[in-house]
Amino acid sequence: MKTDFEIVVIGGGPAGTTAARFACIGGAEVLLVERRREFGVPTRCAEGVGETSLAEFLKPDPSLISRRLKGARLISPDGTAVELTVEGSGLILERKIFDRKLAELAGEAGTEIRLNSQVTSIERAGDHRWRTKISQNGTEKKVTSRIIIAADGVESRVGRWAGFKTALSLHNIESGLQYQIYDESVDQNFSELYFGEEVAPGGYLWCFPKGEGVGSVGVGLAADRLKGKTARSFLDDFLHEKFPNARIISMVAGGIPVSVTLKEIVGDGIMLVGDAARQVNPMTGAGILNGMIAGKLAGEVAASAIKQGDTSKERLQEYHKLWHQRVGKIHRAYYIIKEGVIKLSDDSLNRVAHLLSDLPPEKRTIKRVFFTALSRDPRLLLELRHIFGR
Amino acid sequence: MIAVDRELCDFCGTCVAVCQPDAIFLAERDIRIDLEKCTDCENCVIACPLGAMREVSDEDRF
Repeated sequence: MKTDFEIVVIGGGPAGTTAARFACIGGAEVLLVERRREFGVPTRCAEGVGETSLAEFLKPDPSLISRRLKGARLISPDGTAVELTVEGSGLILERKIFDRKLAELAGEAGTEIRLNSQVTSIERAGDHRWRTKISQNGTEKKVTSRIIIAADGVESRVGRWAGFKTALSLHNIESGLQYQIYDESVDQNFSELYFGEEVAPGGYLWCFPKGEGVGSVGVGLAADRLKGKTARSFLDDFLHEKFPNARIISMVAGGIPVSVTLKEIVGDGIMLVGDAARQVNPMTGAGILNGMIAGKLAGEVAASAIKQGDTSKERLQEYHKLWHQRVGKIHRAYYIIKEGVIKLSDDSLNRVAHLLSDLPPEKRTIKRVFFTALSRDPRLLLELRHIFGR
Repeated sequence: MIAVDRELCDFCGTCVAVCQPDAIFLAERDIRIDLEKCTDCENCVIACPLGAMREVSDEDRF
């Protein structure tokens, strides 16, 4: 079995498989290592994504999609529902198939793939090569590479081993839990997002359609706002109230990084991508698209660096620069908005919802949410000032 | 010390992400806490979506 590669990608989610694919297309020899036995399973994800943004990475084939959304419904603590129609339809993916498709594309491009393979350590030797220890079926194997791309998700241990400060504070992680339920009353055309201190402190609760009476109902809650309760107890309380007859089909837990992007995402011979680099949209918790964008940028830069024979931190910084050009600025803005929104009292959330539900539907856009609220109810300005005050 | 209830654990990695001293080893269906490294900060206890981590006295370790 081959033991020497130009690039080793650790982690086979959308960021890792995309990085591997584009590194191969750029001419590099790539090994992709995945801990699980199968790509996309279990699916620790609510699977929502914008359709227009996907086309850059793959054809949105119908088999990859569970539902096409007509819009989103935001529900305030007093139950006021505000419908927003999604421009360019939102999609609920079938990640089991989607992730597998991304892995296939990486394989087609030439990536060698090892499943059921746990990386236990990485070590940089004097010759500027990495030695990666992989445990597969109880046997230990070693591979060497010029570059490691760490795509190991929210845990982000590979980056830590290389000296990056990836550990999250309780403020910057959401404790998440999701059930797939069967209940005829799940709205199959709209995503529903519930807000408020009772339902989802510091985050939100979602109900996304999956087709044929099935829905994904989950919570992501700021870990520093749980007051001794668990994500599970919040989700169970909601289910009991809203879907008392639901049949629970499956359950997944997960942590959602909701911080700014790490200050450093590259080092000598190493790049961090996706959740591991804290590239999830901190306002929505959405990570699929950003992970693929980062994966593509990192894969392309890595391949070009190999060709030039320079895998230094300075050379790989190009990836960091491109990420910030494309996503970084707006990513920081989303963080600031999240910080503002999670401070809103239930009373403020209700007042925003009342103002918005009075607007004609075509005028309800996210941008308007704030401007309308501010012009119609100046008292809110005081409470929202921390959003705009920076 | 901190102990994990493996019956409740979903092996999701939330605890690993908030563990400042990197004291938690997680595989697909395995989890272990390195008690030498653990500082008992309880970040993992607070963040665990399922309440599978608990502070226990040395005698109660399960």
